[in-house]
Parts: sequence; structure tokens; C-alpha cells
Amino acid sequence: MNMYFSKNTLDQSARLTANWEDEVRRSAEGNAERKARWSTVSDLEVKRLYTPEDIAETDFARDIGAPGAYPFLRGNQATGYRGRCWTFRMFSGMGSAKDTNTRWRMLLKEGQTGLSTAFDFPTLMGYDSDSPKARGECGRCGVAIDTLDDFLSLMDGIPMDRVTTSMTINPPATALWAMYCAAAESNGVPLTKIGGTIQNDMLKEFIAQKTFMCPPEPSVRLISDTVAFGTQHVPKWNTISISGYHIREAGSTAVQELAFTLRDGIEYVEDVIRRKGLDVDEFAPRLSFFFNAHIDFFEEICKMRAARRIWARVMRDRFHAKNPRSLWMRFHTQTAGCSLTAQQPYNNVVRTAVEALAAVLGGTQSLHTNSLDEVLCLPSDHAVEIALRTQQILAEETGVANTIDPLAGSYFVESLTNRMEEGALAYIEKIDGLGGMIAAIEKGFPQMEIADAAYRFQQQIEAGEKVMIGVNKYENAAKQEIPVLDIDERIEEEQIARLAEVKRKRDSRAVKRDLDALKSACKTGKNVMPFCIEAVKDRATVQEICDVYREVFGEYRDPGLY
Amino acid sequence: MTEKKIRIMVAKPGLDGHDRGARILARCFRDAGFEVIYTGCHQTPEQIAATAIQEDVDLVGLSCLSGAHRYLFPRVVELLKEQGADDIVVIGGGIIPDQDFQTLYDAGIKAIFTPGSPLDTIVRWVRTNIRPRVNL
Repeated sequence: MNMYFSKNTLDQSARLTANWEDEVRRSAEGNAERKARWSTVSDLEVKRLYTPEDIAETDFARDIGAPGAYPFLRGNQATGYRGRCWTFRMFSGMGSAKDTNTRWRMLLKEGQTGLSTAFDFPTLMGYDSDSPKARGECGRCGVAIDTLDDFLSLMDGIPMDRVTTSMTINPPATALWAMYCAAAESNGVPLTKIGGTIQNDMLKEFIAQKTFMCPPEPSVRLISDTVAFGTQHVPKWNTISISGYHIREAGSTAVQELAFTLRDGIEYVEDVIRRKGLDVDEFAPRLSFFFNAHIDFFEEICKMRAARRIWARVMRDRFHAKNPRSLWMRFHTQTAGCSLTAQQPYNNVVRTAVEALAAVLGGTQSLHTNSLDEVLCLPSDHAVEIALRTQQILAEETGVANTIDPLAGSYFVESLTNRMEEGALAYIEKIDGLGGMIAAIEKGFPQMEIADAAYRFQQQIEAGEKVMIGVNKYENAAKQEIPVLDIDERIEEEQIARLAEVKRKRDSRAVKRDLDALKSACKTGKNVMPFCIEAVKDRATVQEICDVYREVFGEYRDPGLY
Repeated sequence: MTEKKIRIMVAKPGLDGHDRGARILARCFRDAGFEVIYTGCHQTPEQIAATAIQEDVDLVGLSCLSGAHRYLFPRVVELLKEQGADDIVVIGGGIIPDQDFQTLYDAGIKAIFTPGSPLDTIVRWVRTNIRPRVNL
């Protein structure tokens, strides 16, 4: 075994640490520590000091290695950020497609390097703006998209052959991706040239985000359809973004976020291999991930480093992937919405900067920084600008991107990275034992683990064991007023009118024929993507496509676990 | 005769899936000794009103983080009233901008708790303001 430290170093470390401990004990009486227990935001206990002994079992070649090489702990790219900076990708969308297009052009002009789409709740849930279920929601949390016409105005003037676009869309992912493909075609850009990501990760919806439509089994089948279609026709597209972000926002610990996300990834890989008969190396390079950067600085960095190492090992040892790119865990990061406070909102700028720094030191490929007002409303132009500038300051002023994985070798960082991996592997084994992630979800296992963690954290806040400045410490009675972006109520009426106009003008027989063909594809197991593309071109709506899925596959109801 | 417990329904109206707060509150109410019904996400105002009446609850706590509270919260109060159940108290929480508070109070929402409200403040509010309804 190739130990990280020589026996001599470990002996010295043991001796010097023992001396130090004696010193601490001697001074303890008059100089007690400020609290008895020190722990991360996820409640992992942290020791007073870390020494070479904490990573005595670490094998340099096996566990650390070099950037761009197995086990990819230090990053996928041999040159790190020196070769390519992370992508500044701000999640945005509000009101109508035209409003969102205006915001996007502003962001691109200000130096953003990728787009990321927030849809409103009706779109996210597969309802049109004129559905009774959509009342009061249209354009509120994101952009309202009903038909290809909306999508074309969303992409108006955006160079689809150069800018990559991420779309946070899950149950209706096939419909929205079909619109992107159709929009590219109508702008003369071939499918082989477009790049981007659809979130398209349903398992985390059942676990945490609760944007679901059909039951887990057919939901995963639709995802495998998109993976197979992308592999064949849209080679630069990431057909899934396996997401821990929402798991963490729902209250999980860092280890749970890591474990459930990776176990979801395993479930998808298994399904594509089984259902589509693809070789793992054909599609694994296009799998992407999405993590949360929470407020506990080192825990987040270690979580991300561990994520890369676990995934490389899983892909090599469990799935026997051979292509090095199949072993890469490429991920986007968003700073933690749930760490922000409505109280004293300007403090959120500081939290976001620290979280963004953790994401960069953890080696993210792409980053969204939250705006200070996102706890209150959709971000205003000014707040978004500060958030984007935060990334630019990190990238271009602070020097943190000068060298690759600068925290490697720290006793604490490597030790915590190991603990993250061990904790995640224990959960993955447990879920394997339950029969996989779908079975675990049906038993309510990940949902209740998260509920327990969220409740425990809330109790720690109530007891003052964990601190949120402005909420349970340093509260300030005087309110900081900040401007709040309001979404005009008229958006809903206008969007409904636009939809009615499209429905009036379209060839409704063609739409019916397309939807029937889609239904039959759902039943026979044919890939639904080509049918979705035909349907959206004929101006079938998002809801009409999703209604086909609901009819064929049934609807999933929230079991309401708490 | 044992004292009747306060029955609370925690409900998520609309399409919003942000249920962390609702679920924590449901658990907190249960731990505080109340009887709790949690609806799960994606309930229509009609479903919420019907369940509240059927389950004979004393209090409905609505949680919405999507911005659709301006329509959804008053609609629940209105439906309860239409069905002669306006003695069921309705409170709300979530991302509710300050400027919407008065409109919601005017529409019959009795209290609003936004992020950062301590759980024991909410529990105390319930103990002070809610009595088990008397069934005739």
C-alpha cells in the first residue's frame, strides 16, 4: 500500500499531537472552548484539529491522484479553470417569453456565458396557462410556455449554435426539449450543433421537489427515451441533470444530498442499459449533475470533491465504463436558497459570495449565484447584476482560479472528503438493499430521512444551537426595505389570449393525429421524442402532450409524508 | 370526558412543491399535541375546503411559496364560507410580500407567518386563538 505519509511522519505527528493535547488540557481550565460541540450545518461533528493521522489510510495514487485522471478527485480537466473558467449561468425566467428574452439579452450583454431557464409552475407541471389549475400562477415563478410560438419568442435573437441553454423542466421535459429542437430547426441550426441541458430528473421530484406527474416507473422510461434520442441525434445535449440541489433545499444533510443524487444516477444508468440496450460508454459522457452550495464552507467543498471520486468509482467498478469521459462527474452548482434570509436581506450577498467560493473550490463546471432578493420575489435586474458580478469578482480578481484544487492535501479537507464518501456509500448500499431508488421512494425512505434532517435542523435553530444571523441572532427590529419585483396580473390574461389565438389558427386535425401517434408510442414503447417534435411543430401545447402521458401512464399523487 | 384536541389541517394549495415548511409545521403541531392532517402538495382550493369540512378541522394552515397566494388563499376562505364553514379559521405562510398582508387579512386570512417565524410563536398563536369547534 502506497501511504500518503511515511511512517516517520506519522510517528512525529502522533508525538507532536500528543504534546499539543497535553497543552490543551493544561490550559483548559481557565480557557475553556466557547461551546462543547462543534459541527457542520449538516450536524457532522468537527474535531479541534486534523493531523496526518486523520488521513493515514489515504493512498495518494488511489484516492487523490492528478487532475484530469482517475479518480478525478481534483477535477475532470487537466488544466482546471486555467483552461476554461466555469460557466456563469444565471437561472432566470419570468412573466411572458418576451419578458424573459429581454432579461436574457441583458445577461448576455453583461458577460453571462450560458442561459438557464426558469419556467412558471403551470409549465413545470404540464398545464397550459388556460387550465383552471393554473389560476394565479401564470408567469409568477418563471416564464409561461404553452406552445412553440412562445418558445420562438423566448429564443428570439439568441444564437442557438453558440449559446448553451439549460432548462429546468422535469415531467414535461420531452415537450420542452422538443420545442428547443424545433426552434433550432426553424432558426436553421442543426440538432448536432445545439448544446444545453434539460434537468429531466424525476427521481428527485418524488424525493424532494414534488413537481411530478406520472408514477416513478413510466417517468423513468420517458427519461430513458430522451437519453437514447440525444445519444443518436443531439450529441452535444446533456439529457439529464441529476440533481441534489432540491434534495438539499428540502432539508437534507450534505451526505444525504450526495448519496441520493448519486443513487438516482445509478438508477438512470441501469434503466437506460436495460431498456434501451445502449452500452454505458455511449451515453454516460452526457450525464450531468447539479449540486447545492450551502453555507458550511468546507463541508460543501468536500462534498463536491467526493462526488467526483465516488462517481468515477461507480462508473468504473459497477458499470465497467471504459471511456474516461464516462467517469467524469460534470456538475452545475447553485448557491443555497434556503440559507438566505428575508430578514436583513443585504446579508444574502455575503452568504452567496461564500457559497460561490465553496463551489469554485469544489470544482464546479457552471454556477448560479442567488440574488439577495430571491427569498422575497423573483430577482430584480439590480440584484441579479450583483449576483453575476460576485462570480466575475471570484473569477477575475481573487486569484482562486489560479491553481487547480488548491485545498487538496489539507488534513481536514481530505479527511472530510473521505467521510462524505463513506457516508454516501453507506446510504447507497442501504438503498441497493431496499431494491433500488424507485423501491426506496415507494417505501418513503429518502423522503423521511430528509424530513427528519429538516426537522432536526429547525429544532437546532429554535434552540439557538445553529445560527442564522437576523433570524435567531442579531435580529434587528428595523426592517431593511428592498425593492421587490412584481409580476403584473395582466400577464395571465395576455398569455391566455395568445394561447387561444394559436389554437384558433392551428390545424387541429394535424394536432389530433400527432397526439394519437404519441399515445401509441407511449403504449408500444417506441421513443416518444420524434412524436413530440412533430406535435409541437403543429402547435400542440405542453398540456396536450402531458395529458397523453397522464392518460396512458396515470397520475402520481403526493403521499403527504411528514 | 376528555378534552377535545384542536384539529389542524396543513395544506399546500396550487402547483407549488416547496413543502419543507409545511411538513416541518405539520410535525411541530403533532409534537405540540394537536391532531394533524397534512394534505400533501398540489391541492386545489376546492379539495382543501372539502377536506377541511369532511375532517371537521378547527384550523387550516395554507402554505404557498410560488406567488399564487393572492388568488389561492382568499379562494379557500370563500369556499369555506359558501359551504357554511366560516368558523374554520384559515391562516397562511410562505413567501408573502409585506404589501400583500392587508389584502389577505381583508380576505379573511387570520394570521400570516413568513420564513423565520419561530415554531413556538406559531404554536402559541394557535393555543391563544383556536378552540376546538363545538359540534351541534
